[in-house]
Amino acid sequence: MNLTYRPATALGLILGLALAGTGVAAAELVVGMQQEPTTLDPTADATASIDAMLTQNVFESLTIVNESGEVEPNLATGWEVSDDGLTYIFTLAEGVTFHDGSTFDAEDVVFSFDRAMAEDSVNPSKDIFKTIKDVRAIDPRTVEIELSEKDAFFLFNMGQGDSAIVAKETVDTNATDPVGTGPFRFDGWTRGDRLTLVKNPDYRDAGDVALDRVEFRFISDPAAATAAMMAEELDAFPGFPAPELLPQFEADPRFNVNIGSTEGEVILAMNNAKPPFDNPDVRRAVATAIDREEIIEGAMYGQALPIGSFYPPHGTAYVDLTDAYPHDTAKARQMFESAGIAGQTMTLRVPPFPYAMRSAEIIQSQLAEAGIDAKVENVEWGFWIDEVYKQKNYDMTIIAHTSPNDMGNFARGPDYFYGYDDPQFTALWNDIQTEADPERRNELLRKGQQYLSDQSVHAFLFQLPLLGIFAKDVEGYWASSPVLYMPLKQVSKGG
Amino acid sequence: MGYFLLRRTAGFIATLLVVSLVVFGIMNVLPGDPALTILGLDATDDALAALRTQLGLDAPVHLRYLSWIGNALQGDLGQSHSFRVPVSGLIAERLPMTISLAVAGMLLTIVIALGLGIGAAARHGGPGDWGVMFLSQLGIAIPAFWLSILLVLLFAVKLRWLPPGGFPGWSDPVAAMRALLLPTIALALVQSAVLARVTRSSALEVMRQDFVRTARASGLSRRRTLWRHVLPNALVPIITIVGMQFAALVTGTIVIENVFYLPGLGRLIFQSIANRDLPTVQALVMLFAAIVVTANFVVDLLYVVIDPRLKARA
Repeated sequence: MNLTYRPATALGLILGLALAGTGVAAAELVVGMQQEPTTLDPTADATASIDAMLTQNVFESLTIVNESGEVEPNLATGWEVSDDGLTYIFTLAEGVTFHDGSTFDAEDVVFSFDRAMAEDSVNPSKDIFKTIKDVRAIDPRTVEIELSEKDAFFLFNMGQGDSAIVAKETVDTNATDPVGTGPFRFDGWTRGDRLTLVKNPDYRDAGDVALDRVEFRFISDPAAATAAMMAEELDAFPGFPAPELLPQFEADPRFNVNIGSTEGEVILAMNNAKPPFDNPDVRRAVATAIDREEIIEGAMYGQALPIGSFYPPHGTAYVDLTDAYPHDTAKARQMFESAGIAGQTMTLRVPPFPYAMRSAEIIQSQLAEAGIDAKVENVEWGFWIDEVYKQKNYDMTIIAHTSPNDMGNFARGPDYFYGYDDPQFTALWNDIQTEADPERRNELLRKGQQYLSDQSVHAFLFQLPLLGIFAKDVEGYWASSPVLYMPLKQVSKGG
Repeated sequence: MGYFLLRRTAGFIATLLVVSLVVFGIMNVLPGDPALTILGLDATDDALAALRTQLGLDAPVHLRYLSWIGNALQGDLGQSHSFRVPVSGLIAERLPMTISLAVAGMLLTIVIALGLGIGAAARHGGPGDWGVMFLSQLGIAIPAFWLSILLVLLFAVKLRWLPPGGFPGWSDPVAAMRALLLPTIALALVQSAVLARVTRSSALEVMRQDFVRTARASGLSRRRTLWRHVLPNALVPIITIVGMQFAALVTGTIVIENVFYLPGLGRLIFQSIANRDLPTVQALVMLFAAIVVTANFVVDLLYVVIDPRLKARA
């Protein structure tokens, strides 16, 4: 060891010894987060930042979805599927412990799933467990899961935060003191300010984990987030909120800017249960009236991909349907006239998200050119959730659907806020869900996209981008996010 | 004096009671659903129902209000719906931040405003007076959040003298004070602009009175006359404004805490309203109301201290 008397070296060494215990300087990453969580349990709270910070970092699930959206082994090192596709036998990783020191085994899996499926479960995605009939521990390292019907998304769903494996002993305190099996341990949380994780030295692949400490700082204001990055208070802002502020980072040699994709389809939703949008021709007229390029330019500063149906452009079954209803104001005007609704006033209730509020203004003017008076009402999120989502009291709204594999929304029947009830699509979705062969499933997914576009259930606008700003020496962050989490295992900082 | 205190205490309790009723009413009339906010758009009906039971949302409104009041009287402010921890704890961990900021902002406001206001009055009509009037007009016109952003760009991004935001906690007092400096200035500049104008006009009014001329004639220096005789007599309107400003500073921290991402009560109330977290909103609004009422009460007491003539009337 080459020890000089330079104080910086000595300080670095002391810090390194203190934090990592290995003699090399501790790698600490400071990450900006726009959304602040209220609790820390991904199996009981849908807040996206819980998944972004904790899922696969602190909590792990049986499988994990990689950056390309493929399912890989995780806590389960492998699995066998019976010929009828109804029984899955998972082999669990060996020597795994929870952060409190207790051993992870098959009973924890049984407990986690029984809890998620229980009558009093408050799991935010309880639906993903509805095909599970029974979960049994064969031996400490083997779990058998029996399904009541085939479920093509089962292994994918087993890799979500909602299906994280939790321990019976610590489950009640996970909301404030999360205990999982992941590469990082929860270290502390100052509400409204920061949340810290430290490397889990007992992790099964601890040697592959580059970071020793990760600190998330909660900064909701885009201008404040920009200042914090510029002042080098933060190393990374993986979900940057403001596309209009990106150019100054792109021009700055200290940063890397990444524009990737998310699972968020942004739609101009129309209330299919209510006139005039119960008429497919009116919905087609709306799709004809809008100009996606102009919306993307104005609302997202050009940083988004247009979509023509309800499926992400990075998905393996994607078909480009953006030309299904070419933008044509005169034609749209005529379509509105023949439907007898030209000149009518309709509400466009917009939730408080920049992408939605900005899109709304442009859509309003595009519809006005085609002879429809859209009254834009900017409402607050609590209001939107109640009035639009629950009471279905709206004509049009703009929203991003951020869950993966969510085409099933259109099969949720008349009670869902789309007001769309189509037995033909419901049957198609059922086929998709039960098709185990990936090729045939992709074929059906393409059919689904085509069908939703033909019916013009909503006007499909664009895919929400994942905007990330990183200090030059930060590497390994996912460029695109096919799920809600952002694994830190492979992230590194410095040389 | 005893009657005065009694009347004030009764008013205090009545105010809080009315505030609690209004908040409870508004939060219940307002569209929104805490369970749906927590569980998101993919939640199933039975999961939502289970959560509502857990949160105690299935009881009728009036019963929930009565049980809330009953518990609050025993010092129990209930559990936060969204954070799932006791509300009193949530407030306790954030109160020092907001109070530090508001008190520091108030002190800086007073220092700047008295200095500039008295100075301007002393140079009435001169370029110094004109300069202060111009600056204060500018200060009133500038929104606090915009000023905050400018301060951050200059001192944190460009010069790198101070952190752009965040609060490291009081365990490191130097870092804590550095973190509070910009937010305090942002809070104080706008408020001191208002107070400086009030100070100036109030001082000018006193300066025209006979006793000031007498003081000067009896050989007291200009400076001594201003600070010993003019200022104390000009204080009543100044204190009135300071009292109002303290309330404005406490609520003004909502904006400042967002721009400087400080973990204070302002951000908490913002988030709690969005989440329809009734117990937290209820407690916070009542706390803010209590601070405002207390500030007014302190101002009333100060009147008597400053101007003994008012004692007879009280």
